[in-house]
Amino acid sequence: MNSDWNKDRKIKFTVQDPCQLVRKTFGDPVAEDLRFVVRSVVGEENFIDMTPNRSNNYCCGGGGGFLQSGMPDARRYYGRLKDEQIKKTGAAYCITPCHNCHAQVHDLSEHYEGGYHTLHLWTLICLSLGILGPNEREYLGPDLKDVDVFHPESAM
Amino acid sequence: MAEAIKLGGKKQGIFKDKVMALLPEGGNLNLCLTCGMCSSGCPATGLEGMDPRKLLRMAALGMDEEILSSDWAWMCTMCQRCIYVCPMKIDIPQLVFNIRNQGKPREERPKGIVGSCDMALRSDTCSAMGATEEDFQFVVEDVLEEYQEAQPEFKDMQAPVNKEGAEFFLNQNSREPVTEPDEMVPLWKILHTVGADWTYGTKGWAAENYCMFMADNENWEHIVRTKAKAVDDLKCRVWLNTE
Repeated sequence: MNSDWNKDRKIKFTVQDPCQLVRKTFGDPVAEDLRFVVRSVVGEENFIDMTPNRSNNYCCGGGGGFLQSGMPDARRYYGRLKDEQIKKTGAAYCITPCHNCHAQVHDLSEHYEGGYHTLHLWTLICLSLGILGPNEREYLGPDLKDVDVFHPESAM
Repeated sequence: MAEAIKLGGKKQGIFKDKVMALLPEGGNLNLCLTCGMCSSGCPATGLEGMDPRKLLRMAALGMDEEILSSDWAWMCTMCQRCIYVCPMKIDIPQLVFNIRNQGKPREERPKGIVGSCDMALRSDTCSAMGATEEDFQFVVEDVLEEYQEAQPEFKDMQAPVNKEGAEFFLNQNSREPVTEPDEMVPLWKILHTVGADWTYGTKGWAAENYCMFMADNENWEHIVRTKAKAVDDLKCRVWLNTE
């Protein structure tokens, strides 16, 4: 696993620390593990942290059932801090290792027109391993849709 | 700036005592220094004219009626950033959970959360999207077969269902099997590549638990126990929850 695919592209990534995984469960050590993996697959110089981060990170607003509560205006107001944090990094992608974060950050980017994409970590790991097929790229932007496609002939 | 608290409602003050009785050592809601660390770092500050410090002051003042009827408890995600920065480690998220639990009757709580909880209670899959044991197994096997053929380097890849004695029991959020099954594959590839011994289960496979968000104590425990039993029944050593 390495970041060669991104050496010349220099596409920037940030990461959302899921509250459940980091602050509420395993603390800063797991946030470090997360960064170790992300830096390994995107390249040290292409990773930009949000501020604040790790156990001090802001919740994105997708947790606690907020996504299902039928209060989209309140949920997006809550998420404005997260949107601002992501925009400040200038990253093209926000990696979200939690389903709620993934859905919320995806929605925030559309709603506040941030233009950033939202990725599961597994997509990125497989991309860097050169084993990401054409049908496993739902959340990649146009800049990465055609990069190192595994078995392109199997596109559906 | 949020509005000042207006006193005058019926003063009861029993709710706070009830919550305090539930809290473990260190959860004393009377220890608040009113420093505002909680509110200044809370993304929900400002919604419904509320913030964490204000909620706690209202509880301390016995404004039970006002806090139990407020929708703010459903706009706080219980992310725990407030207690993380609180010098007195006051458990405001637990207070919020108890407001959810003892505030509105079940039928008046957010419909989406109630519906997802109810759906999960219908079967042992615990799927909030209602996917059955058969649906899940079919989708997993169908997608696996497709990828074994289309990507011959992965012809030996497995996505076991109900494999007894596997090291890892893996949960799966309902969203993938129900709406975007191809998204399951990258994780399978990683597990295959590192040689992990893992399995799904037809019972208890769904990762989500909306009964917990609804603060439905009896039912969220039922869901956790159903899933834990599925892991135990397959004699798996580690339960991996991707949620």
